[in-house]
Amino acid sequence: MASTGVPGARRRPLSTLERELRGMWALVRRNFHLIRRYLGWEIVFLFYNVVNTLTIGLIGLALPAGAARNREVVYLAIGALLWNFLSILFQEVSNSVQWERWEGTIEYSFMAPIHRLTYLLGVCVWAVLYGLVRTLVVLVGVALFFHVSIARADLAGAGLVLLASSVPFIGLGLVAAILPLLSTERGAQATQVIQGVLLLISGVYYPVSVLPGWIGWASVLSPATYTLEYVRRAILNGASVGAVLPISGVLLLWGLVLIPVGLGLFMLAERHALRVGALKRNG
Amino acid sequence: MATVPDMLTPLNISPGTPALRVMGVAKTFREKDPDTGRWRPVAAVAGLDLEVPRGEILGILGPNGSGKSTLIRLVATLLLADEGRVEVFGFDVERHRMLVRRLINRVSVEASFFKKLTAAENLAYATGLYGVPNRVAQVRAREILERLGLPAKKLVVPLEQLSRGQQQKVAIARALLTSPTLMLLDEPTTGLDPKSRREVQEFVLEVRATHDATIVISTHDMDEADRICDRVAIINAGQFAAIDRSDRLKALYGGQAGTMEQVFFTLIGEQLDEADQVEGGE
Repeated sequence: MASTGVPGARRRPLSTLERELRGMWALVRRNFHLIRRYLGWEIVFLFYNVVNTLTIGLIGLALPAGAARNREVVYLAIGALLWNFLSILFQEVSNSVQWERWEGTIEYSFMAPIHRLTYLLGVCVWAVLYGLVRTLVVLVGVALFFHVSIARADLAGAGLVLLASSVPFIGLGLVAAILPLLSTERGAQATQVIQGVLLLISGVYYPVSVLPGWIGWASVLSPATYTLEYVRRAILNGASVGAVLPISGVLLLWGLVLIPVGLGLFMLAERHALRVGALKRNG
Repeated sequence: MATVPDMLTPLNISPGTPALRVMGVAKTFREKDPDTGRWRPVAAVAGLDLEVPRGEILGILGPNGSGKSTLIRLVATLLLADEGRVEVFGFDVERHRMLVRRLINRVSVEASFFKKLTAAENLAYATGLYGVPNRVAQVRAREILERLGLPAKKLVVPLEQLSRGQQQKVAIARALLTSPTLMLLDEPTTGLDPKSRREVQEFVLEVRATHDATIVISTHDMDEADRICDRVAIINAGQFAAIDRSDRLKALYGGQAGTMEQVFFTLIGEQLDEADQVEGGE
């Protein structure tokens, strides 16, 4: 039989930090359980990711044999792998609210006594872990398929850029998560459009210099542009940690601005939803 | 007005403080007029006043769209009132939202879960958000669900494979596992078979009898309101038509039949035979 007394009266009172950490862990565990329950789909998506990355890399193999071909394959594979990771981050964060709305659980999650930052951080922690695992699997597939040399690569430099770029992408995800909060279907549509624009302007499979002028200027606004450029420099040209440190700092700073902005906008959107009854209303 | 205690210490609420106070609360939504296509304001609740003492079971009866769920959402911190104030154990639901959220939980008419997850996984998530250790939650969930007539083996079955009644029992367990002092039950027995309905009703009475819980329950079931509620509030068009003990309501508004059904129809300004005609015409 459950105790229904005043919380804390019968159990050791939790510290705020402990409570928030448990709340964050609950989100990570929930998402892990969801992956297990949708395992069939996960395998299909992963298979598609691997094949998609391989087909993109194969475009490079169409070049005549030699250093240029090797470079092109790696160039394209980096684009596919990074886009895989960054889009998982973006999608997992921005879709978190949308998924809860589809399932009808959002009122229960938002009624819980945890800070919204904790809820969103839980989603972000999961997104980073999940994105890394999936990208690692794709990377193994790519390594086994293409026997290209990355002898000059500075993996530490590439890792640093990737780590730093996760932060602004989480921030972008938070901003995008606002949209499904305001309108389930239109919000989901808008996040797809945002992701599509990022794919177009960030130079995932081509240098941004090939973009026409009317859209090319927008590439400077995407953190993915810098991530891709500097990870490629580290892998293809051996740019060291020292060489990529300034851009990593910029990306980190970008994220440190975007995350509070995203959180603030999210809380404003939540307040709007509470005012107009957008979470759900009947009766 | 109570002072805000440290969130880390057990709450020290004086015995005289009502569990719930609703003071002049109004909430209006905008809805699209199906005829003109224009937005129009619709008053969901209009100037509600209510006080629920600690330990009471208050029933809220009202027709569809009368404002029952809106009132419960306002108390549950899921809506912001346009006017008025709601206090839970003396704490304003807007100013002390986090604190109030620790004191309440809600069961809604639709058992909202991640359908592919098992009951155990859903409960682990829901209770984790309240800081309840999963080990404790799973043991207590088994106890509660067995008490509600749901075998423990159902805990490992995906929610989508459970019947509506079984899902609703898991929803009740979810609410109880967080030890709410004020439970908000929004039509918890709607759609349940008579046996399940009775099990839930008995459980609600047991929770109140054995623990320091206050319960607000909205329902369409007149017998349920009559049987388990200390007082019944009849709500119509966003306003309370009456709030009293069911025996007094029956004496005042029950006519010759002396039933809650007659009370309901009298207070919502509709005759029983008119309702029958409308129902028959649909």
